[in-house]
Amino acid sequence: MVALKDVRKSFGPLEVLKGVSLSVMKGEVACIIGPSGSGKSTLIRCINALTPIDSGSIKVEGQEVNTPDLDKLTLRRKVGIIFQQYNLFPHKTALQNIMMAPIQVLKQDRQEVESRARNLLKRVGLEGKESGYPGELSGGQQQRVAIARSLAMNPDVMLFDEVTAALDPETVKEVLVTIKELARDGMTCIIVTHEMAFARELADQVYFTDKGVIVEHGRPDAFFSNPQDPRSRQFLNRIL
Amino acid sequence: MGEIESFFVWLNEAHGINLSIFYDAFDRSRLLRGALTTISLSCICLVLSIAIGIAGAWLQGSRVRLVRNVVQVYIQFFRNTPPLVQLFFFYFALGSILPMVQDTHGADVPLISNFGWAVISFSFFAGAFNVEIFRAGIEAVPRTTVEAAEALGYSRLKAYIWIILPLAFRVCLPALNNNLVNLVKTTTLAYAIGVPELFYAAAQIWSEVLNVQEMMNVLLVAFVAIVGAVVWLVARVERLLRIPGYHA
Repeated sequence: MVALKDVRKSFGPLEVLKGVSLSVMKGEVACIIGPSGSGKSTLIRCINALTPIDSGSIKVEGQEVNTPDLDKLTLRRKVGIIFQQYNLFPHKTALQNIMMAPIQVLKQDRQEVESRARNLLKRVGLEGKESGYPGELSGGQQQRVAIARSLAMNPDVMLFDEVTAALDPETVKEVLVTIKELARDGMTCIIVTHEMAFARELADQVYFTDKGVIVEHGRPDAFFSNPQDPRSRQFLNRIL
Repeated sequence: MGEIESFFVWLNEAHGINLSIFYDAFDRSRLLRGALTTISLSCICLVLSIAIGIAGAWLQGSRVRLVRNVVQVYIQFFRNTPPLVQLFFFYFALGSILPMVQDTHGADVPLISNFGWAVISFSFFAGAFNVEIFRAGIEAVPRTTVEAAEALGYSRLKAYIWIILPLAFRVCLPALNNNLVNLVKTTTLAYAIGVPELFYAAAQIWSEVLNVQEMMNVLLVAFVAIVGAVVWLVARVERLLRIPGYHA
């Protein structure tokens, strides 16, 4: 479904990704963990070409991402991304935020999109917030609208870039529950997170990154109970 | 003669304050036509200059270097030269090389009238400032918001139309307001190429009726009213576009 091979990326003199390879199967949940600055965010932003890479190969359902004649629209239809800062469109209501892209980008029928958007809002537990503007919603609510907005494009893969990092502790849970439901419904998810309990419970594969390389990866129970690499061991010791 | 007319006739005879526009139908109609010309000139230039600002700010973000340079030259040219000189340049330099055309009566008339040249000149003049004003607004839109649009498959143009511009427009309204006020006042320069706008009409009246002081005051009051209307309108738009919970 998603396969990265020897992906390299530098920002100026700083090499952020030093040959990263990973592969995620359909319906799998992959969690990427690791210390700050280890290249986690860059890694998933490369997958939908928000950050262009220097070398290597990224394939999403067989479509090569690292190519000059990339069809970005097709790629971004397939790959949804949720950001740490939600990034909703502040001048549109929750419902409009969800409806915009399917109507304006995919040219879908407005009425059909609206009924789907209302269902999506219900699905993320925000029925009744249709006409609320992002500025009137809490962080957790905004993040759930962002998830619904991404789902409205019917993606095959969802990328989550530290989506709970900006939330206060009480609202973290409501967002995690939403993601859990998505994963259980069979959505392929690649999740960058600092929520270890969440990763342990949900992930099929855990990738531990440090200084631009994947140091270790494996099943969550094995990784969390018996990490092999000294760097993962040290990291887990420090935070658990 | 109505009461108002008699009052102003008396005011002139008793105190020497000659507001002929209030008792002389010809002067009144000249002034009203002048006001109408000023208002229509302002409205047309306002709309065109905003369109130029929106288009120019878009082209400024172009990937093609040549396009960006053309916009830059345009801005520098129209911002760094006096609007009166620009007007004369358009009317006398460009106007004289354009062919004459026949009007409906078969008479030779210039392809572009003096009103037309005033519209072109002032729209480009105010447009140059508007490009910079919109650019400032665009830069205030968070990069992350644009990225979210990109991630949803928006092309650069679609993101500009549906997300960047609506947000940028709200940010740049106060600066835009200033420039539009300036534009309305600049339309008086059209006097110099014989466009019968408010200033021109007032000058015609005072040179015949010899009431310069009175007409000067009328002129000032008229502009306070017209510019006041523009300011009021922009303030209304600003209120209409206010986003609940945003920048609060």
